Amino acid sequence: MSILVDKSTRVLVQGLGNTGQFHTGKAIAYGTQMVAGVHPTRAGTTLHLEGETDQSGVPGRDDTYAVDLPVFATVREAVAETGADASVIYVPPPFAADAIMEAVAAELDLVVAITEGIPVADMVVVKRYMEGTSTRLIGPNCPGVITPGECKIGIMPGYIHRRGRIGVVSRSGTLTYEAVHQLTQLDLGQTTAVGIGGDPVNGTSFVEVLNLFEDDEETEGVIMIGEIGGTAEEAAAEFVAKEMTKPVAGFIAGTTAPPGKRMGHAGAIVSGGKGTAEAKIAAMSDAGIVVADTPSGMGEAMRRALG
Amino acid sequence: MRANERAALKIHEHQAKLLMAARGIPVPLGRVARSVEEAVAAVRPLIEQSSNSVVVLKAQIHAGGRGKGSFVEHPEVRGVNVIADAVEGGPAAAEEKVRQLAKRMLGNTLVTVQTGKEGKTVNRLYLEQGVDIDRELYLAVLLDRARSRNIVMASTEGGVEIEKVAEETPEKILRAEIDPAIGLAQFQANELAHGLGLDGEVARHFQGFVKSLAEAATEVDTDLIEINPLVVTKDGKVIALDGKMAFDDNALFRHPDIAEMRDETEEDPAELAAKDAGLSYIKLDGTIGCMVNGAGLAMATMDTIKHVGGEPANFLDVGGGADAEQVETAFRIITEDPNVRGIFVNIFGGIMRCDTIANGIVEAVQKVGLEVPLVVRLEGTNVKLGKQIIEESGLDVVNADSLLDGAKKILELTERQ
Repeated sequence: MSILVDKSTRVLVQGLGNTGQFHTGKAIAYGTQMVAGVHPTRAGTTLHLEGETDQSGVPGRDDTYAVDLPVFATVREAVAETGADASVIYVPPPFAADAIMEAVAAELDLVVAITEGIPVADMVVVKRYMEGTSTRLIGPNCPGVITPGECKIGIMPGYIHRRGRIGVVSRSGTLTYEAVHQLTQLDLGQTTAVGIGGDPVNGTSFVEVLNLFEDDEETEGVIMIGEIGGTAEEAAAEFVAKEMTKPVAGFIAGTTAPPGKRMGHAGAIVSGGKGTAEAKIAAMSDAGIVVADTPSGMGEAMRRALG
Repeated sequence: MRANERAALKIHEHQAKLLMAARGIPVPLGRVARSVEEAVAAVRPLIEQSSNSVVVLKAQIHAGGRGKGSFVEHPEVRGVNVIADAVEGGPAAAEEKVRQLAKRMLGNTLVTVQTGKEGKTVNRLYLEQGVDIDRELYLAVLLDRARSRNIVMASTEGGVEIEKVAEETPEKILRAEIDPAIGLAQFQANELAHGLGLDGEVARHFQGFVKSLAEAATEVDTDLIEINPLVVTKDGKVIALDGKMAFDDNALFRHPDIAEMRDETEEDPAELAAKDAGLSYIKLDGTIGCMVNGAGLAMATMDTIKHVGGEPANFLDVGGGADAEQVETAFRIITEDPNVRGIFVNIFGGIMRCDTIANGIVEAVQKVGLEVPLVVRLEGTNVKLGKQIIEESGLDVVNADSLLDGAKKILELTERQ
């Protein structure tokens, strides 16, 4: 088991620029089932991708791959023709919100938005649009989701991952890699690693991912990596205290971030003065989460939490 | 820094009031002045148009607390000055007072609770009509992250620090959520007016004000609009006496007129240079410069330096795909900070390969020169090759095995100097 994605996940890609093409190639190299591309003016063509496979990914594959990915005009059409159930979005910021809504309208199970720099107001509209739908959005501004050895959706380097027992959920990209790398070195490995993204308005919260890991049989413990701003970590700590039976370790970035650089005093009021690293670390410790002193200690903190 | 502390374009009060006025939101009459002459010339027309003999001369800087702040060069002068000389002496008396004050304000340094002790240079002034105040209120539109929507925040406690109100009397802060599909509904405007104790004609003025403000927030993609104080005048009008606006940088592509309002003299030159190079840099007060990829890891690197007993000199995120040129610019910016006594480079290469970064570092050091210790921690894609490039470069660079190891090493080397 794992969460969100596995070897049966069929992925289409929205946004076929350089970044989209590059990472689609990497995903195929890892063994992800990339089944379609969506592009309004390139419909009817195919996107040819080839290269060496990433042997740290899905086992038992040839050393090289060569794929002709069919390109469709709309997400709906791509789904009808290929049976895709997930989408990954590399569409540039001005058009990304619309791309997410198109994927939601096509009733995909999962949408992973990698795009960085989407206007907040656009994401506010997307969240409103998604009310009452069953699609799960991960991101935006995130590295993506990976279930080691089965499916990689996003921009994370595949080879640092190893299949194992720990779930990872994080607001930060490179800090996720840091945690994953340590878990691999400590031989704990990962069930699934999820980057929920660093934007103030995002699709999936810590609490929702923690809930998925709690229900996943293979996951024995979870590392959650937060940072200053907002109250998502406090909400997660409350959830861990009340609902979770599995051990949780964590880290919060931004203890030394200067408060003078924050935008407006009013922002701190909405969160009830809870946005600081100190408040988050205190809330997490109170909830029984083992919080690492430095990012280098995240793997060890997990080992301690497992007991 | 990055998303949670994301860059928000700030503009001056006079610009915010222009944007509000263009959207039918009542603001006092005012004129901007960049010289003493312009300020003096603004006095008469303002008194005539407003039929009010009182004028207010306000320093324009990107920081609050101006009314209580004073100038380094002229401690007797405040950032906001009410000038009533025309009441008895006629416009000429007001002009003379404005001349004296403007001379002491322009080009000088205003220190307020929000500027830090170094203060900010005042390059423009705003001359505004006097307003007869009956009540001072607080009004803001900002994002509620937990609800993923903008909210209106209002309070009867205007003119004071709102975070104090939130702490001491949170029940005095009213909130209304703005549904992006509907906007602020009439009943919500009514509820807010009622909650603020407004009735009759004043309540109607307020309702119109708050609805226009909520609309403006969406229309121009504000990160924050804060009006403190919002005043009820003695003749029952509702006017924005102050106005602070900041904008979502990610949305500026659709507001070129607002993007042009950026005042670069308000920004740190090093931070501007970094921004132009596609780097995210914030100067701090410590001695250990850092260069990191990814905002979360960059913050965590600062935290770790602090954890081992050092003080970070900066936040610097080179992003996910930095090239040799960006690495060089990053090095230049770090080494130009005279406080820096050591540099720690911390890279977790994902898509970015460690050998690329290592080559970038070697080139940068050769070009920029290096007079302080440098510790490099590389991890991720092609790490062995990256470390090898650094070792074979013959440069005086210390390799570190982990973030914590690197932080300890740079601290030790810095202290040994």
